[in-house]
Amino acid sequence: MLPVIWFCIVAVMVAMYVVLDGFDLGAGAIHLGVARNDRERRMVLRSIGPVWDGNEVWLLAGGGALYFAFPALYASSFSGFYLPLMIVLWLLILRGCAVEFRSHIDNAVWRPFWDVVFSFASALLAVFFGAALGNVVRGVPLNADGDFFLPLWTDFMPGPNPGILDWYTILIGVFALVTLIQHGSLWVNYKTEGDLQSRARRTAFAAWMAVVALTVVATIASFSIQPKLAQSFAEMPFGYIFPALALAGMSGVAVFLKKGEDLKAFLASAIYIIGMLTSVVFGVFPMVLPTVGDPSTALTIHNASAPEYGLRVGLAWFTPGIILAIGYTTYLYSKFAGKVNLDDAGH
Amino acid sequence: MESALALHRFHFAFTITFHYIFVQLTLGLGFLIFLMKILALKTGDERWNEAARFWSKIFAINFALGVVTGIPMEFQFGTNWSRFSKGAGGVIGHTLGMEGLYTFFLESSFLGLMLFGEKRLGQIGHTIATAAVWIGSWMSGYLIVATNAWMQHPTGYHLGPKGEILLNSWWSLVFNEWAFWQYVHTITGGIVTGCFVVCGVGAYYILTKHHPEAGKRFLRLGVPAGALATLLVAFPTGDMQAKLVAKHQPVTLAAMEALFETSKGAPLAILGQPDMDKKRLDNPFIIPGVLSFVAQNRWTAEIRGLNEFPEDTWPDQIPLLYFAFHIMVGLGTLFIAVMASSAVWLWRGKLFEAKPLLWALMMFLPLPYVANTAGWMTTELGRQPWLIYGLLRTAAGTSPHVSSGSATFTLLGFMGMYSMLFMLGLFMIWRELDHGPGTKGEASTGY
Repeated sequence: MLPVIWFCIVAVMVAMYVVLDGFDLGAGAIHLGVARNDRERRMVLRSIGPVWDGNEVWLLAGGGALYFAFPALYASSFSGFYLPLMIVLWLLILRGCAVEFRSHIDNAVWRPFWDVVFSFASALLAVFFGAALGNVVRGVPLNADGDFFLPLWTDFMPGPNPGILDWYTILIGVFALVTLIQHGSLWVNYKTEGDLQSRARRTAFAAWMAVVALTVVATIASFSIQPKLAQSFAEMPFGYIFPALALAGMSGVAVFLKKGEDLKAFLASAIYIIGMLTSVVFGVFPMVLPTVGDPSTALTIHNASAPEYGLRVGLAWFTPGIILAIGYTTYLYSKFAGKVNLDDAGH
Repeated sequence: MESALALHRFHFAFTITFHYIFVQLTLGLGFLIFLMKILALKTGDERWNEAARFWSKIFAINFALGVVTGIPMEFQFGTNWSRFSKGAGGVIGHTLGMEGLYTFFLESSFLGLMLFGEKRLGQIGHTIATAAVWIGSWMSGYLIVATNAWMQHPTGYHLGPKGEILLNSWWSLVFNEWAFWQYVHTITGGIVTGCFVVCGVGAYYILTKHHPEAGKRFLRLGVPAGALATLLVAFPTGDMQAKLVAKHQPVTLAAMEALFETSKGAPLAILGQPDMDKKRLDNPFIIPGVLSFVAQNRWTAEIRGLNEFPEDTWPDQIPLLYFAFHIMVGLGTLFIAVMASSAVWLWRGKLFEAKPLLWALMMFLPLPYVANTAGWMTTELGRQPWLIYGLLRTAAGTSPHVSSGSATFTLLGFMGMYSMLFMLGLFMIWRELDHGPGTKGEASTGY
């Protein structure tokens, strides 16, 4: 039972990360396109400035929970995904510097430089996170010790000898980028006014249409690549609640955007993302890292989890900690609520 | 495999050393900015708030670099040290997980309010936000030191049937006796860096007549705090840590001093180079009895030399370990001398005219960075050849499938990126120093 609880906790932490850092990655990806002058670019940055660092902490906190609850999964996946993970780290470094340092010097070289770094790093991160998810769904070539090492690419086919990038994981990477562009555009649309807002709004509509199309394509591709997905839904029909949630979120985005209810449209996008992620997680459960080889080598919540004592005592410190974390997050968002205003000193 | 091991070690050493440049200033400066806010509240002197705003700008640049270089650290346990993570993740994952949950959320939420929230929160609220960032960084420091302390002196575990490490006491992990002294030593080391940075800039402002009034203010806070911190970092914190090493890692103590032969009244070397072939200290300049006294509080106590231990339990970089330890201790002694004399001159009201002392304070600015780095090198090299002392050898902790080619690729990537970050950080901090204090309103105008 404890491994299941921790599996759910880690899944929720990761979903929180994708929903929260997702909108600032998405805002970064559209930064160059929707914000045309320094004033508008500052507005995009102000809409995420006070919160992006806290959003990223969900990744670190989720990673920490993964580390002690499923040490074998942490060890196997981080060393196996060595190269893409290092590239992700470099992109996170560049992006953090871009957000924090751009404003320090008002200069026609300095600011555009960081704008480009910010935008490209954000977009590439979205693609890499999507491709990582694709790798988890497809499975990796685990050996008997539960280890593997993936090259960045082989023949771009998801066969028995896959690379990080193949047509399927690239598809999921692009899908993730489009989804986060929708999510980020809806955030910018909610937080800003004027031309910037109307451009973000148009981007959100376009992204929504692409999301609808890619949801269909990616779902078909995933079910054909990973047979466990269909099996899970057939065995436990209550699981259809997760795709239903995603569909509700997807329709919500269009409906609320049409009505001009910007906050609700953003929240619908969050629900769409949560629905999609939980569908995947439900589909591969109880596996946490499927394999492309002998199914008995797959990492599951049972063979990858820490012993019971650690999981039990972990719940004792995790519970007050997460309540505090949610408290800080809520306080921070309430302090910086409303449309961003450039004339107001600060954030 | 041998070369992959060396690369993984250097990969971690390089990235953690670079990260710690920023961490130590965060630990010290966060506390000093909090003191400035308290002084402003107590005295009602707005110039203390001005000082706090100025240092907050530097703090912000430094903190951002600390955050971005910190993210890779949490990942590298898995990427480069997967066998260690698989074996020990169920233990040290607790302290690392708590760090994320209890401290990163606190710091990241209140940093924005510290930098941009002075008007919004009012003076008391802003002081609380500053305190939250400072306390968050110190809590984070504790959990990291507790993680390291467990690797130095594992407690609260038992071995399972297949030799796996099983946590059985969370309490002993978090309140390891090793962690307490190591933590106080680390934090005071951070305060020493913070004080020398504040004093070094203050002295520069006075000497250049750039912002002499602000410079004097920095010295009035930095010198007394620095005098206290430089003493505390040696006694009792450093001394107690040396005693723990003597008790639990006797071979490390012998290696730190390059003491090959067991001796009563063992000396402390001031100078000398370890000769690993002839197994002796060349050109020794020694003070007899001091090592015995430091380790066991008796001038004539017997200290076991390296020759009494099997060579495969010796730290594998004895000369580097020896020099790291001696550089730390030597610099620490000089820090006490400079700060104590500055404190006396400050008390006599003559510091601001004492050019030699002002020059010394300015020139010493980079040295605490060297001393803190050397201190961590002593800790980490001293633990070798173990990753978890007595339990897991470093060679048995690496990721077996990450080739030396992959490790070289990412090591070079980090070196390139970090060289760039270093220049960027220096450039931006220099701009702030050149501009000087005097901002009204908020510490930063924001994005």
